[in-house]
Amino acid sequence: MSSSTVSRARGGNGVRDGNGLPGGGGVRGGSRVRRQLPTSPWLFAAPGLLIISAFILYPFVSTLVNAFTDRRTLIPGEFVGLANFRELLHDDMFWIGLRNSTLYVLGVVPALVILPLLLALLVQKNIPGIAFFRSAFYTPVVASIVVVGLIWVWLLDERGLVNSVLETIGVGRIGFLSDQWLLLLSAMAVTVWKGLGYYMIIYLAALANVPRELHEAAAVDGAGAVRRFLTVTVPAVRSTMVLVGALSSVAAFKVFSEVYLMAGPSGGPAGEDTTLVMLVQRTGTGLTGRVGYASAISVVVFVVTVALMLLVLRADRRDES
Amino acid sequence: MSVTERVRPAPAVVNGPRITDEHGRRVRVWELVLRYALLLAVLALTVGPFVWQLSTSLKGPTEDIYSSPPTFLPEHPTVHNYERVADTIPVWDYALNSLKVATANVVTNCVGAALAGYALARLRYRGRRAATLAFILAMLVPVEGIIIAQFTTMRELGLNNTLVGVVLPGCIGAMNVLLMRNAFLNLPYEIEEAAYVDGANVWQRFLRIAVPSVKGTLAVVAIFAFMGAWDDFLWPLIVLSDPSQFTLTIGLNYLHGTFANDERLVAAGTVIAVAPLIVLFACLQRYFFRGVGEGAVKG
Repeated sequence: MSSSTVSRARGGNGVRDGNGLPGGGGVRGGSRVRRQLPTSPWLFAAPGLLIISAFILYPFVSTLVNAFTDRRTLIPGEFVGLANFRELLHDDMFWIGLRNSTLYVLGVVPALVILPLLLALLVQKNIPGIAFFRSAFYTPVVASIVVVGLIWVWLLDERGLVNSVLETIGVGRIGFLSDQWLLLLSAMAVTVWKGLGYYMIIYLAALANVPRELHEAAAVDGAGAVRRFLTVTVPAVRSTMVLVGALSSVAAFKVFSEVYLMAGPSGGPAGEDTTLVMLVQRTGTGLTGRVGYASAISVVVFVVTVALMLLVLRADRRDES
Repeated sequence: MSVTERVRPAPAVVNGPRITDEHGRRVRVWELVLRYALLLAVLALTVGPFVWQLSTSLKGPTEDIYSSPPTFLPEHPTVHNYERVADTIPVWDYALNSLKVATANVVTNCVGAALAGYALARLRYRGRRAATLAFILAMLVPVEGIIIAQFTTMRELGLNNTLVGVVLPGCIGAMNVLLMRNAFLNLPYEIEEAAYVDGANVWQRFLRIAVPSVKGTLAVVAIFAFMGAWDDFLWPLIVLSDPSQFTLTIGLNYLHGTFANDERLVAAGTVIAVAPLIVLFACLQRYFFRGVGEGAVKG
C-alpha cells in the first residue's frame, strides 16, 4: 500500500491520460509496429539527448575534471592533482559553508517532514470551502523564491511587520536580519514556509490510501487522536515521509536563494551565513572566477547529496526490517 | 493524484444538510469550529505575507509604513509605486524577457519531451536502454553543482548574457522526458497497432494518436516549465550580467540591492513578478497539484 504511494509519486506510473482507456504496459505485444523505422527513433530522441548531453552530462563530467585543475574563467588551467581539495581543508569559508548547509538540513528537514503531514490532516476532511484552503496553502509554492525572499526581508525588517507586532505586544524589536544565527534561522523558516504546500499535496495523496478501517479499529480500542496519529497514520505514510525526507534534505543542502536574498550576496555579517552553493557561485563566476576551485566545492556538494540520499533510504530499509 | 480526485460526492442526505467527513460520518460542531479556526490561522500565515506586500505597494509616500501597531490597509491606495518601479528599472522589458524565456521553455520542453518520451516508450531501436539511462542520470545530477561548468560551456558557445543562454540548459528537462515516457507507456498499444495496420506511419501515429492521448501530462509539463523558467533565479543570475537582458527575478534582485530602503518600490516590483503566476495557478490548479505527484522526485 504505502510503497505503491511512493512509486506513484515518483514515476507517475499510475497516471492515466485523457481518454481514460485502461493502462497497460506498452511493452507487450505488437512487435510488428516496431520492426520498421530505421532512422526516425533517433530523430525523435535526438533533441533531448543533445540538450542533456551538452548542458547536463558534459558539465557534470567537466566539473569532475575541473576539480583537479587550476582553471579560471579566462585561463584554461592545468592539472594540479588534489591541490584544490587540500586548499579546501584550510579554507575557513569552506568550513563555514559546509557548516551552514549541514545546519540547514538539520533545521529544515524535520519541519518539512512533520508540518506538511499535520497540514495535510487538517485539509483532508472534506468540509465546505476546503478546496479554497488547499489552494491558498499552496500559493507560496507557486511564487518565485526571489519574491518570497523579498517579502520576508520586508516582514522581518528592523521596522517591518513582525517587529511592529512584537513591539506592540511588548516583546520588543528583534534583529532577525542582522544577527548571524537569527538570519540563518529566519532563512530556514522561509524555506519551510515555501515548502509546506508542496509536501502537503504529496501527503494528501498518501493519506487517501490509508484504509479507514484501521482508524476505526483503533478508535474502537479506545485510542485517542494523538495515539491514532502515531499508531495508524504515521506507519501508513511512513514511506512517503521517507520520500519527503530525501527530497527535502537534498534540496536543503543545496540551499542558495533564500540565504542569498536575506543575508545578501556576501553571506551576512563577515560572510558567516555563506552556504556551500553560495560559495560555489561566488568563487566560480565573474571574469576572475576560480573555476577549478569552485568545481572542487561542487564535488563536495555532489558527494554529500548522494550520501544524504543513501542515508535516508538506508534508514528506511532498517526501519522496515 | 490530484487533490480534487479525493473529493468524493457526499452521501445522500436524509435529515436536512449536515457536515460530513470524507467517509460520510458526521463531524461534531466543536471539532468543525476548531478546524476552521486552525485553517484560518494557517491561511493568515501562508497568504498574509502576500497581502501585506500588496498593501505596502499601494501605500503612498506620505503614509507611515513602519507604524506600530501596524496599519494593514492603505489609507489612500495609489498605483504611484508601480509607476516609480517602471521609472527606476525597465520592469516591463524584464517582464517581457521573463515571458520570452518562459514561453520558449514551455515550447521546447513540450515538443522535446514528447518526442524523446515517445522514442523511449514506443520505438524499438538499438541503444534505447542507454538513452533511457542517460535521461535518468541527467535527472539525478544536482543542477546547483554544475552551474559553473554550465557557465563556462555557455561562454565557449558565446551564449552567456543572452536569453538563449538562459533557456538552453533546461529547455528539454530529463524529468519531463521521463514523465512523457511513462504517459506513453500507459497508453494501450493496440490502437497504435491498428493504425499501423491501416498504414499510418510513425509520425502520424505519434501526432494523431499518441500525443492527443497524453494531453494531461503535457499540460503538467507545460505549466511546470513555465513556472520553473519564470521563477528561476540562480542560473539567470550567473549567466546574465548585462542589465538590458535581465529577467524579472534578476531585475528584482537588482532593485532590492540598489533600493533596499524603499520598501514600497520593492513591494510593487514583487507584486508585478508574482501576480501572473498566481493568476495562472488560480486558473489551472488541477495541473499544478497533479504535477506535484508526478514530479515529486524533481524536488
